[in-house]
Amino acid sequence: MKIRPALRDVLAGSTFVVFGLGFAVAATSYQVGTPARMGPGYFPLVLGGLLVLFGVLIVVKGFVAGEGEPIGTVPWKATALILGAVLFFGVTVRGLGLVPSLFVTVFLSALASERTGVVVGLLIAVGLTVLCVVVFVVALQLRLPLLGPWVGG
Amino acid sequence: MDLLQNLELGLSTALHAENLLYAFVGVVLGTLVGALPGIGPTATIAMLLPITFNFQPVTALIMLAGIYYGAQYGGSTTAVLLNLPGESSSAVTAIDGHQMARRGRAGPALATAAIGSFFAGTVGTLILVLFAPPLAHIALEFGPPEYFSLVVLGLIASIALARGSTVKALAMIILGLLLGTVGQDIYTGTPRFTFGARELYSGINFVPVAVGMFGVAEILRNLEDEKTRTVMVRAVKNLLLSREDLRRIVGPVLRGTGIGSALGVLPGGGHILASFTSYSIEKRLSKHPEEFGQGAIEGVAGPESANNAAAQTSFIPLLTLGLPAHPVMALMVGAFIIHGIIPGPNVIVNEPALFWGLVVSMWIGNLLLLLLNLPLVGIWVKMLTIPYRLLFPAIIAFAAIGTLSLSLNPFDVYAIAFFGILGYLLVKLGAEPAPLLLGFVLGPLLEQHLRRAMIISHGDPTIFLVRPISLGLLIAAAIALVVAVLPAIRRKREVVFQEED
Repeated sequence: MKIRPALRDVLAGSTFVVFGLGFAVAATSYQVGTPARMGPGYFPLVLGGLLVLFGVLIVVKGFVAGEGEPIGTVPWKATALILGAVLFFGVTVRGLGLVPSLFVTVFLSALASERTGVVVGLLIAVGLTVLCVVVFVVALQLRLPLLGPWVGG
Repeated sequence: MDLLQNLELGLSTALHAENLLYAFVGVVLGTLVGALPGIGPTATIAMLLPITFNFQPVTALIMLAGIYYGAQYGGSTTAVLLNLPGESSSAVTAIDGHQMARRGRAGPALATAAIGSFFAGTVGTLILVLFAPPLAHIALEFGPPEYFSLVVLGLIASIALARGSTVKALAMIILGLLLGTVGQDIYTGTPRFTFGARELYSGINFVPVAVGMFGVAEILRNLEDEKTRTVMVRAVKNLLLSREDLRRIVGPVLRGTGIGSALGVLPGGGHILASFTSYSIEKRLSKHPEEFGQGAIEGVAGPESANNAAAQTSFIPLLTLGLPAHPVMALMVGAFIIHGIIPGPNVIVNEPALFWGLVVSMWIGNLLLLLLNLPLVGIWVKMLTIPYRLLFPAIIAFAAIGTLSLSLNPFDVYAIAFFGILGYLLVKLGAEPAPLLLGFVLGPLLEQHLRRAMIISHGDPTIFLVRPISLGLLIAAAIALVVAVLPAIRRKREVVFQEED
């Protein structure tokens, strides 16, 4: 018998409780209505309550008979680089235009691999930017400016 | 005869130059992403969905469907040569297929997979042709209570697809349903959970949800532990099957096709379950069960036929009831909606060219796949040598541009990052993303039919129990839930899914 609670279950359950509470509480600010005439708040309120219930069940299960597997490693640097790359694209694509914005995005995400250094990363960025411009702008006629107003496009 | 006329209409639609071209593009892309580990048809279809916005609806659906069943073919190449499932349903193919490759029989293994897949795909398409129209006819009689119960059944059945804890899968469904409520309420127009963001008034877009949960989260998982792959390139030669091989695969192919066709129709069943079931049946029926795991050709023929048959018949619930059986079909719902068509029983009646064109194109697509995968297998093998560190930045770039092109709104791109990290977090904690996506897509449907049914019954919930079809569907859902929780079956499922890793 393990005495330590299974961290995975406790965290997963808590995540569900937080989401459930958030939705349920916010739902009460809308008209809830009656079962015969459900308002906009009814369905989310019931589901939010259910999610809290399941979340608590998962936490309890974690203490009683948890899945013993460890969470394992988290590639923090890769996660930060990839999320940063995606967000960078969203923030800058209209200002910088497709080419510079995509170039930086690909470069940042390429660095997320432990085996990719700066030089290889730059090569990948050049290659993929060209490929994407050919596929999306030339072949699929996506209407995106190649250079944006921030760089005089 | 009606059927012949319909097939003729389908044939002329499918053979239209543009549709033929995109069916080809679809199956090529499908084979590619099926073969490449680390990217599957779900993420691919999500990324390409926005691009198909400018296509004719039938062309768009033909291409997206081609990606899905094409991936079933491509996955087997990776399974045989790399001992890795390129696509999750080919995980069992790897067991015996890779052993065959190690003994220099990669050629016959690949040929068996392709021929079995083609036969099963043909039969699966035929079943779709025969059973979809009558089923759609029945579904036309469905009212809100029946639809509500049907959606409940679909959601509960999807738990069978998720690995690990049933409670977590249920919680994921509910979280998906809740995310689906974001946006303006259909009856009152009240904006819900929008935090004042105008972008959220029309709801969270499902493309960034799917791309984030299935694309980005998967990349983060793969980057935890970067491995090198070794490809057995030189082993692929002599694709011809001997007479003895042919004799051995006939039974498994027939049985696999039957199992796959049946399981594919079930909501939540799908191609993964089909291939595992077929493998265990072949092993049990075999006179030489000890050969399984050592390169038994039956262990390739059965599952590969099963997954492809299921890939075809899983279109039945989608095209007749508007109910997606798994995440890929959920994305197909999105593809219909983007083009202003509500998937359901009316599609066959109102859009005959679309329905029959899509069905006939599936058979043509399977024929193309047979040609692509047998003589040209060498090309796919070369593709396998693309290192992952090159592949994942490409996935990020395509995902970002594809999602942006939905409405040229950066908000959708931020949503990828949000759902990417959420999906990764939840997977790390043992909760699979598939039930969430299904709940997300079906949420608005569930709420709409629930509210309508309750208006009809003046707030009396027994309406779901007194209508016979509705009651039957709810009983099926209850059985599915019990089955998912039963310890004996759980244990078996865990064994099955461990082999997948």
